Amino acid sequence: MMANNNSAAIEVIDLVTHYGPREILHGINLTINEGEIMIIMGGSGSGKSTLLRYLLGLGIPTSGSINLLGKDITKISNTEMHQLRQNMGVAFQGGALLSSMSIGENVQLPLREHTHLDEKTMEIMARMKLEVVNLGGFEKLMPAELSGGMIKRAAVARAIVMDPKLMFFDEPSAGLDPVVSAELDELILNLRDAMKMTIVVVTHELESAFKIADRITVLDQGNILMTDTVENIKNSDNERIQSLLNRRPSNDEVQADEYLNRLTGV
Amino acid sequence: MPESATHPVINSLELVGRSTVKLIEEAGYYSALLVESLFWILAGPFIKRPVRISSIFSQMMTMGIAACPIVFVLSFSIGVMLAIQMIYNLKTFGAESQVVVGVALSVTREFGPLITGILIAGRTGSSLAAKIGTMQVNQEIDALRVMGINPVRYLVAPALFAMMIMVPVLTFFSDLAGLLGGAVYTSIEIGLSFDAYIDRTVSALAVADVMQGIFKSLLFALIITLVGVSNGFSVTGGAEGVGKATTRSVVLSISYIVIADMIFTYFLNL
Repeated sequence: MMANNNSAAIEVIDLVTHYGPREILHGINLTINEGEIMIIMGGSGSGKSTLLRYLLGLGIPTSGSINLLGKDITKISNTEMHQLRQNMGVAFQGGALLSSMSIGENVQLPLREHTHLDEKTMEIMARMKLEVVNLGGFEKLMPAELSGGMIKRAAVARAIVMDPKLMFFDEPSAGLDPVVSAELDELILNLRDAMKMTIVVVTHELESAFKIADRITVLDQGNILMTDTVENIKNSDNERIQSLLNRRPSNDEVQADEYLNRLTGV
Repeated sequence: MPESATHPVINSLELVGRSTVKLIEEAGYYSALLVESLFWILAGPFIKRPVRISSIFSQMMTMGIAACPIVFVLSFSIGVMLAIQMIYNLKTFGAESQVVVGVALSVTREFGPLITGILIAGRTGSSLAAKIGTMQVNQEIDALRVMGINPVRYLVAPALFAMMIMVPVLTFFSDLAGLLGGAVYTSIEIGLSFDAYIDRTVSALAVADVMQGIFKSLLFALIITLVGVSNGFSVTGGAEGVGKATTRSVVLSISYIVIADMIFTYFLNL
C-alpha cells in the first residue's frame, strides 16, 4: 500500500536537456511524493533513460531544476551532492557490479566509502542486505559467477546498503524470465512498504509496471504525455498512450518522414 | 551547396582544423585528469577521501613487478644488439674496447627509458584503457558516481601514483639488464672481463646520464596513464568501442612517447 503523505521527495521543474545540438527533454515537470513508486514509461527514444540520468545527477541540464529531498541538484555544491548521494540508491539495468570485486565487496563498497565502520560490521551489514534480496551466502562469489537475475538482486543489495530514502531502478525486468521478474517486483514493493523508500522505476514492461506502480508517467518524444494512477492511465483516451499499452505503432509513428526526422534530429 | 565548400583545399583545411581542435580538446582533457588526480593524491587525505593505498600497491604489483621478466628479456636483448652493432662498427677503427662507453650511454640515456616506455604502453596502457572502457560500457563508472565515489579518485589517481613510481623503477632495472646484456656479449666477443666491463661502465657514466633516462621515464608514465584512462573514459558503443579505445590508446601512447623522447633528448643535450 502506498505510504503517500503528499510531500514531494522529487520535484522536476521545466527540465530541458540537450545531446549535442539536439533537444531531448522539452521542459519536463514532474513531482514524485515520499513513499511513492513512480513508474516512468515510454517507447524507445522517448527520453525516459535520459530523464533518469538527470535525476541521478549524471548530467547538467540546459535549464530547469531537479529537487531531490528538497535540494536542487543543479545548483548545490559537490560536497552537498556527495552527502545527498548517500540517500540515493540505484539498480542499473545490467547491475553495474564492479567485476573485480566479489558480491560481498560490492555491497560493502558504499559503506567503505561513506562510513568508518570496522570490517566485521561492514561484513555483517552486507550479509544482511544480501539476505533481504535472497542472496544470503553468495557474498564470496564474483559477479561473473551469478545469473542475470542474481546480479540484479545483488545490485539492489548494494543500492540499499546505506538505507537510502530514494531508490532508482533502470529496467529491472529487462532480460529476466517471468518468475524472476515477479520476484523483483515483490522486492520493489517490499522496499517501499518495509523501508519507506521513494522509488522511481524506468521500464517498458507493462505487466510489471501495472503491478507495482502507485502512479505512472508516460513519456513520448521528450514530453510527458500523462502522469496518473494505473487505472487512469489504462483508461486514457490518448492515442499514443493506448498504442504504447496495446503494443502497436500509432499512425504517425509509421510515417517515413517522421521516422527520418527523429533519426536525424531535424 | 556552394562550389567552394567541396573544394579539396577547403576540405583539407577543414580536416586540419578539426584535427587541431580535437588535439587541443584531448590535451585539455589530459590536463584536467592530471590536475584532478594530483588533487586527490595530495588533498584527499585532508578531506577524508584519500586515494586507496591498497589499490596503489595492487597496481604497482601488476604494472611493475609483474612486468620485470619481460622488461629484463627485452632490455638484455637490446644491450646485446647494441654491443653487436657497436663492436662491428668500432672494429673499423680498431676501437672495439670503446663499446663499453657506447653501450653505457645509449642504454641509460635512451634505450632503457624508451624500451620500458613502449613496453608499458603496450602492456599497462592498453590494460587501463580496456578496464576503464569496459567499466564505462557496463555502467560501472556511472554506478561509482551515484554511490558518491569519484571515478578519478578511485581509478585514475591510484594508477597514476603507481605508474609514477614503477616506470622509473622499471627503467632503472631496464638499464641494469641492458648493461648486463652488453657485458655478456662483449666478454664473449672481445674477451673483456666482466669486472673490467663494470669498472669502465661506472667510470664512463655520470649520475646525470642515468637521471636523464629516469626523468624521461616519469614523463612516459604520465603519458601512458593519461592516454590510457582518457581513452577508456571516452568509450562508446560496447565491446567494439572498447577494442578501438585500447588500440588507439597504445598507438597514441607509443607515438607520444617517441615524439616526447625526441624533443626532450634535444633539449636535455643542448
